[in-house]
Amino acid sequence: MPERLIVQLSYLIKMEEDKSKSGTRREFVRTAGKLLMAVPVLALPVILARKTDAKGFVWQIDPYKCTSCELCKSSCVMTPSAVKCTNAFPMCGYCDFCPGFLRQGAKTYDTSAENQLCPTGAIVRKFVEEPYFEYTIDEKLCDGCSKCVKGCADFGNGSLYLQIMHNLCVNCNQCAIARVCPSDAVIRVQSEEPYMRKELKKS
Amino acid sequence: MKKLNKYLPYIVLVVLFIWHSVLYAQQQRFPRPEFESGYTFPTHQFLNQRGPMWEFMDVAVLIGALLVTSWLALKKRSRQGLIWMSVFSLAYFGFYREGCICAIGSVQNMSMALFNDSYAMPLPALLFFTIPLLFALFSGRVFCAGVCPLGAIQELTGFRKVRVPQSVERVLAVIPFVYLGLAVLFAATESQFLICRYDPFVGIFRIDAPYTMIIFGSLLLITGIFVNRPYCRYLCPYGVLQNIFSRFSIRHLTISPAECRNCRLCETGCPYDAILQADPATYVEKPAEPKKKSLVYLIAIPVLAAGFALVLYNLAPSLSVVNNNVKLAREIRLEKEQGIKAVSKGAIAFFESGRTEEQLFEKEQQVIARFRKGAPWVGIFLGLSFGIGFFRLTVRNIRTIYEPDRGRCYSCGKCYKFCPVKINN
Repeated sequence: MPERLIVQLSYLIKMEEDKSKSGTRREFVRTAGKLLMAVPVLALPVILARKTDAKGFVWQIDPYKCTSCELCKSSCVMTPSAVKCTNAFPMCGYCDFCPGFLRQGAKTYDTSAENQLCPTGAIVRKFVEEPYFEYTIDEKLCDGCSKCVKGCADFGNGSLYLQIMHNLCVNCNQCAIARVCPSDAVIRVQSEEPYMRKELKKS
Repeated sequence: MKKLNKYLPYIVLVVLFIWHSVLYAQQQRFPRPEFESGYTFPTHQFLNQRGPMWEFMDVAVLIGALLVTSWLALKKRSRQGLIWMSVFSLAYFGFYREGCICAIGSVQNMSMALFNDSYAMPLPALLFFTIPLLFALFSGRVFCAGVCPLGAIQELTGFRKVRVPQSVERVLAVIPFVYLGLAVLFAATESQFLICRYDPFVGIFRIDAPYTMIIFGSLLLITGIFVNRPYCRYLCPYGVLQNIFSRFSIRHLTISPAECRNCRLCETGCPYDAILQADPATYVEKPAEPKKKSLVYLIAIPVLAAGFALVLYNLAPSLSVVNNNVKLAREIRLEKEQGIKAVSKGAIAFFESGRTEEQLFEKEQQVIARFRKGAPWVGIFLGLSFGIGFFRLTVRNIRTIYEPDRGRCYSCGKCYKFCPVKINN
């Protein structure tokens, strides 16, 4: 028992010696480290000050780049996708035979389900006057598959186009659709102007 | 002839006009109808997201949560309080804000803003990046303890405590450094947001995700029941920064509220093996041998940095495949040289877009050049980190008390209950 006590005592003495010897050096390294760490953290906002934007970005589809590849439907982190079809009415031809509404090769031209191109029946057809029909999208049903967009672009005026709806979009840091979009149509836009409306192109 | 010369400009003008209208008509296959019934175009109402005010609300909640967690961990020493803090953060940052905005991902925004002129960093993201690090400098990793939703979900599901052998722990702890390095490199070259893509728990927060994400997240959670906080320990890239900053923290959680009595009761209390044990009283240091060793390791630091820089420089072209342009260029080149048809959606869109192959290959070279420029720096970072890590193994002071390893301690407070020292206020 006494030996153990002696060992412990000597240990305590050694400890005190160590403290006086290396305490200051260790302390110095620690303070230097603190300063070294603090400088970049404090400097970062200064460096990034010019590159910071209080408003930030949101994701949007450039309708003129979109190739209606159908990836918007399946790639979005939301189910159903936050991408919805929308109709640019000033561009729309109000066609009776709407290539976005009716399936190609349909036997009869009417609103029966088997004739519709939209797999979820999200396009609402409303009679305006002979021979024009108004087409609106029921966004609750639309899943952004872009079948109608392709139909309208190939055979119609191209007034149907896809947009990311910001009431649904969760604004991921990197949009999962942008990652897979083959035509780089999903881009960051300023959040004050979150939509890219398709308008009549005059050229 | 003279007459023709006189009228030629007008003829050209008329031809141009007709041509123009033909073009216009082509674009507008079916002219806009002239309605007689007084029909007016409906205007489509595009809805906006929640306003920017709310993002600053998130920042305010972040600061508040950090303050409360610091107080709970350092002053109040209440494990129960920290658990409630985790519940709150999981509810707010996790389930209500659905995992975005988060400090872990903001590393990439920072990298992208630093190295790309076209991108400006959103102010909330910048604040989410810096504020937790500042708190780490003041009071340790309180962000990990009760504010980070990813940490919180693991903290609340870590029921059992299986200790990982130290050798395995040390090797696995290397992964976050590599992960951080690559994530910064990929974000700087505008290629990928690696951290967001492989965020394991965001699917659980949204209760909606691709099945791979769900499987990955659930596996991590199940692992976490036994090996606590697997994401924080073996993956989290922001944890690397927290680790480094916390080492220099001004104050830090202590195991004992007063003076440590070296009773060894807390020895097995930490599920992360982050408690540094006091040396036994009989511990004697042999100075000559370790000094030589640590000198060797000190010299090895720059050697390692240079070595890793070289390796990463040579890996740069292979790493650049994560960039979509490089991937596409490879596919197109493969078609050109070996006749393997390019069938991906990207390739089809490329052929439709009318971009030339030269443009694509030029873009590819630009991206690879950027990778060549950035990758060595990642190598230097890795080399320095590992070098300093090895060097630190050779130097150590005699420790007289049980204390948390400031780098690896998450300030979770699980060790409080093991300390028999009590203070009466």
